[in-house]
Amino acid sequence: MATETRSSVLPAGAKAGNAQSRVLSPTQIAWRRFRRNRLSIVGLGIVTLFLLTGIFAPVLSPYPYDQTNLFRAMRQPGTDPAHALGTDELGRDMLSRLIWGARVSLAVSVSATLIVVVLALVLGFLSGYFGGVWDYVLNRLFEVVGALPGLLFQILLMLLIGNGVLQVTVAISILGWPGLARLVRAQVLSFKERDFISASRSLGAGTVFIMSRHLLPNIINPLIVAISFAIPGYIGAEAGLSFLGYGINDPLPSWGKMVGAIGRYLSSPNYLYIGVIPTVALALLVLGFSFLGDGLRDALDPQSDRANF
Amino acid sequence: MARYILGRLAGLAFVLLTVSFLTFFLMYNTPGGPFEELNQPLSPEAKANIMRKYGLDQPFYVNWWNWLVNAVQGDFGMSYYYPNTRVVDLFNRYWGSSLMLGALAVAWSFPLGAVLGVIAALKRNTIIDQIITTFALVTVTIPIISLIFFGIAIFVIGLKWFGFNNGQPLYQQPPNTWVLPAFIFGLGTVGALTRYTRSGMLDVLGQDYIRTARAKGLSRAVVILKHAMRNMLIPLVTIFGPVLANAVTGSTFVEITFAIPGVGRFFLESIYTRDYPVIIFTVIIGASILTISNLLIDLAYTLIDPRVRLGGH
Repeated sequence: MATETRSSVLPAGAKAGNAQSRVLSPTQIAWRRFRRNRLSIVGLGIVTLFLLTGIFAPVLSPYPYDQTNLFRAMRQPGTDPAHALGTDELGRDMLSRLIWGARVSLAVSVSATLIVVVLALVLGFLSGYFGGVWDYVLNRLFEVVGALPGLLFQILLMLLIGNGVLQVTVAISILGWPGLARLVRAQVLSFKERDFISASRSLGAGTVFIMSRHLLPNIINPLIVAISFAIPGYIGAEAGLSFLGYGINDPLPSWGKMVGAIGRYLSSPNYLYIGVIPTVALALLVLGFSFLGDGLRDALDPQSDRANF
Repeated sequence: MARYILGRLAGLAFVLLTVSFLTFFLMYNTPGGPFEELNQPLSPEAKANIMRKYGLDQPFYVNWWNWLVNAVQGDFGMSYYYPNTRVVDLFNRYWGSSLMLGALAVAWSFPLGAVLGVIAALKRNTIIDQIITTFALVTVTIPIISLIFFGIAIFVIGLKWFGFNNGQPLYQQPPNTWVLPAFIFGLGTVGALTRYTRSGMLDVLGQDYIRTARAKGLSRAVVILKHAMRNMLIPLVTIFGPVLANAVTGSTFVEITFAIPGVGRFFLESIYTRDYPVIIFTVIIGASILTISNLLIDLAYTLIDPRVRLGGH
């Protein structure tokens, strides 16, 4: 699919002579399509900003995330010049916790995505390419994991392995891979009998060569789109588990946990900021990723907008 | 057809067996147990007695097997935490609220999402389309805890339009305790459905028979209503499975934040008290709903789309 369309969207400049300087690579074409959608640029900006915030959290945060000061607890944003976004119920700086929360949120969601992608690629390839017993066994595995009631099972798993960044990542990725693995399997199935694969095989190409050179490039585009929609899902999952108390350990901040802290103070509108600040951050980052994903889909999947009505 | 269904039911039994085994493994290996939170300390003899009575001195697979033998006969055991109460009876107190919440959410979000999706597809690449697709993207991706918090901050604390539940079953409560939860719970579904309907409709509109229908002189309205709408139903069936499963099992966050006594909240309580029979029952019910709705959807496919054949590849 992707290889065919790449040749058909050569820009007009390619025909009008001067081909050397005007021909666009597939990446450039995708970038042009991506740029057309203003929201996806906004998404890219938000994601970059949060990524940098997360990476440089130790430098950026004005206070340690766990520094308490009970004499300065529950300061509302703007009332204390030393704490721009105020302090929480233990007097910890909200801004610092927000910044570290970005790090936790991204660490969990990005590494969960990496695990899921590796699992999905390996298992999807095995099941789609070799078929037979592999396909049968792995399909049963897809079915079992797909049938687990997500949140309930994640909580049980978290009880067994305990709270923590690594543990949440495991709990999220263990349930996350079947959808992506099915996608990989379907793509492999649809490509493995094509003529260009048979030709390559008849020239003596081995399985690994065919997988990495012929199948992977054809899978990568739908995979990128799926990933960009998976990350916001994992961010939400981490926040949800931490909100329930089965996620990140104290004192490390997580936006979900920070939202959860509002529970005791809901009756007082003055303290709403405790929940508002992490909620806004959570929503912004997640939206950034999904705007980015939307733009990527338009850029990488040219068939997404085809209608003759 | 009958053979296919039998095969799928065998697969379903295998899935539920595996899920229950995994759940027993997790439950019996987690730190803490059902009788360790008691207020008064027990003598070692009394504790050993209790453990023996409930089989907790046995390894998890023995307990799994005993549970399985009883479960296939319809006996899901007694609760550990609520003495002399059958798990099924306990469950009966809670599933009504969850079901009502899910039904309300689906009832408003499914039609709205479908209509928005069709409008967006027909007006594609206009400002209306952009507004609708952006709205769908926003509702589908914002985590439910953010939606809940915004909802509570604006409508409960700010405007005071709605209140929290007081722990009574939802169907015995005035609307101001369930309108907001049902609205928030349905928002994600609206977005998902809008996106599915839009892309399904665009797919259909790209087909040759639509062009043919227009070319032979049929009006736009007739083509949309008679030719496009029917075929657009097919992708809607696909998403109805996840939506249904989510409606029944996915309301945990809404239930705990609005103090609605539903299955999700009950599950969290039974996790806390390590009430094993309740935990395993809830997980099995959730897994059954997921697998059975998947099966029903595959069957529905064959009814509405003659191109689909069962069992083949």
